[in-house]
Amino acid sequence: MSQLILSRRRLLGFGAAGASSLILSGCDQFDFLANRDDPTRNFLERANELTYAAQRALVPDQALAREYAASEIRQGQRPNGSTDPRNVAEYAEQVATNFANYRLSITGLVETPVSFSLDQLRNMPARSQITRHDCVEGWSCIAKWTGTTLGAVLDQAKPKPTARFAVYHCYDQMGGGLSAPEPYYESSDLIDAYHPQTILAYGLNDAALPISNGAPIRIRIERALGYKQPKYVHTIELVDSFARFGKGNGGYWEDHGYEWYGGI
Amino acid sequence: MTDQAADSIPIPAQGKPKGPLVYRQSIFTRLTHWIWVVALFFLLLSGLQIWNAHPALYIGEQSGFAFDNTVFSIGAENSDQGVRGFTTIFGQKFDTTGVLGVSELRGRQNFVGFPGWATIPSSRDLATGRVVHFFFAWILVATLAVWLVASLANQHFWRDIVLKPRDIAGLPKDLAAHLALKFHHGRSYTPLQKLSYFVVLVILFPLIILTGLTMSPGMNAAWPWLLDVFGGRQTARTIHFGVMVLLVLFFVVHIAMVLLAGPFNELRSMITGYYRASPGTPPDVKEMSK
Repeated sequence: MSQLILSRRRLLGFGAAGASSLILSGCDQFDFLANRDDPTRNFLERANELTYAAQRALVPDQALAREYAASEIRQGQRPNGSTDPRNVAEYAEQVATNFANYRLSITGLVETPVSFSLDQLRNMPARSQITRHDCVEGWSCIAKWTGTTLGAVLDQAKPKPTARFAVYHCYDQMGGGLSAPEPYYESSDLIDAYHPQTILAYGLNDAALPISNGAPIRIRIERALGYKQPKYVHTIELVDSFARFGKGNGGYWEDHGYEWYGGI
Repeated sequence: MTDQAADSIPIPAQGKPKGPLVYRQSIFTRLTHWIWVVALFFLLLSGLQIWNAHPALYIGEQSGFAFDNTVFSIGAENSDQGVRGFTTIFGQKFDTTGVLGVSELRGRQNFVGFPGWATIPSSRDLATGRVVHFFFAWILVATLAVWLVASLANQHFWRDIVLKPRDIAGLPKDLAAHLALKFHHGRSYTPLQKLSYFVVLVILFPLIILTGLTMSPGMNAAWPWLLDVFGGRQTARTIHFGVMVLLVLFFVVHIAMVLLAGPFNELRSMITGYYRASPGTPPDVKEMSK
């Protein structure tokens, strides 16, 4: 009986000491979680797979992102990330010729690789949608995007049954300075690629898509955050794994510690 | 429960008479309590990290860059006295240099919303903040589900959380007693305690979870009503932040009450389940609501 009380007292003492050290020591001691290869971080990251699975189960594949009234367009679309990749020679050349020689290529796990000029894309059935762009930083901006449905374009290349993801290759390069420049790329599963609101956007707010927002083509995946809307896209590659691109995480920001799904 | 009978024998008075040790907190209440302590700690500090990526709050669907719908923001500006940190609440601007806007991190000036000591990690790292936040968000949701099922099953919810008419009538008296720092230790909670735990568990926890989900573009497609209920994504973000502030306030009052009401007894009840009730509390009879 007295032993029992003693052990309880000791337990309480340990508990109080542990709690106070946690509170008083500040939070530098959790900085190890910033290390992308830390095993504890990698364990915590598995919650992202749970989120992806839960959203795929909870969100019907065809469920639409909200579309807004024209009166909700109250400002220009705020540009973020790369806003002028003319430091990349290939892209500078495209801008100089007003994208006359631009081709969007569909490659990878397809029966017939195809490519389209900007005019060809503009002549395909168009879709306009006024949607909200949600940046991972926390801000939102409503704008009207015009383009052609990605799914219909992919179908023209006849995807193979082994295709699982679409990888979007872009002209712009990130980093530089101390680190080597890395080409921006992104990827999505085929549910997002074939979503009815997923478009190859060439128009923004009833004008041609400006350079700062991704000219000539930007992918809109409306049920995902801003970093999943790659700009300056030149090639879409269907793959069964994105291990061989960048650091193998499915996108530039994913290679820098952000989660891949991007739906939350 | 062999020790309960022994504990219940009143100890001969040396000064004040002692009440009986009563079994007050079930294993589910205790376990979920401590899991929440850990989860909310990480959620708060990773949440402030995420917020620092865009330290402004708005009303409506979008963030006004070309128009003004900002209700709260933290920033840094150049001034005659160097860079100063400013916090703006509904247009009222306060100099918060040293804590908000401009602070110090490892001996260097740090231009961030919340200071490094309040974020995980201490330096700016949105990606890591999100990894930590979403992991513990799942823990919070799962723990709340376990708590709800267990508390409905073992009557804790009905007995200790839901306010009955008698509790509502007793609120003013209990408030006066708390303000006078006179605490009654019963088997169940006092009306004010019931009200606090009801607000936190039944209102604030679900509210912070749902406003969090409202910020998810994926969930917006599945449950578009979230946007209507909370008045747009940016309003939901503002409410999410506001609920965080309320939970921090609850934490401060909660700790103060534990210290004032007898930290040893309070901690013992939340670890072992046993609580030293006020003298006169019946040791064995099941007490419904004091």
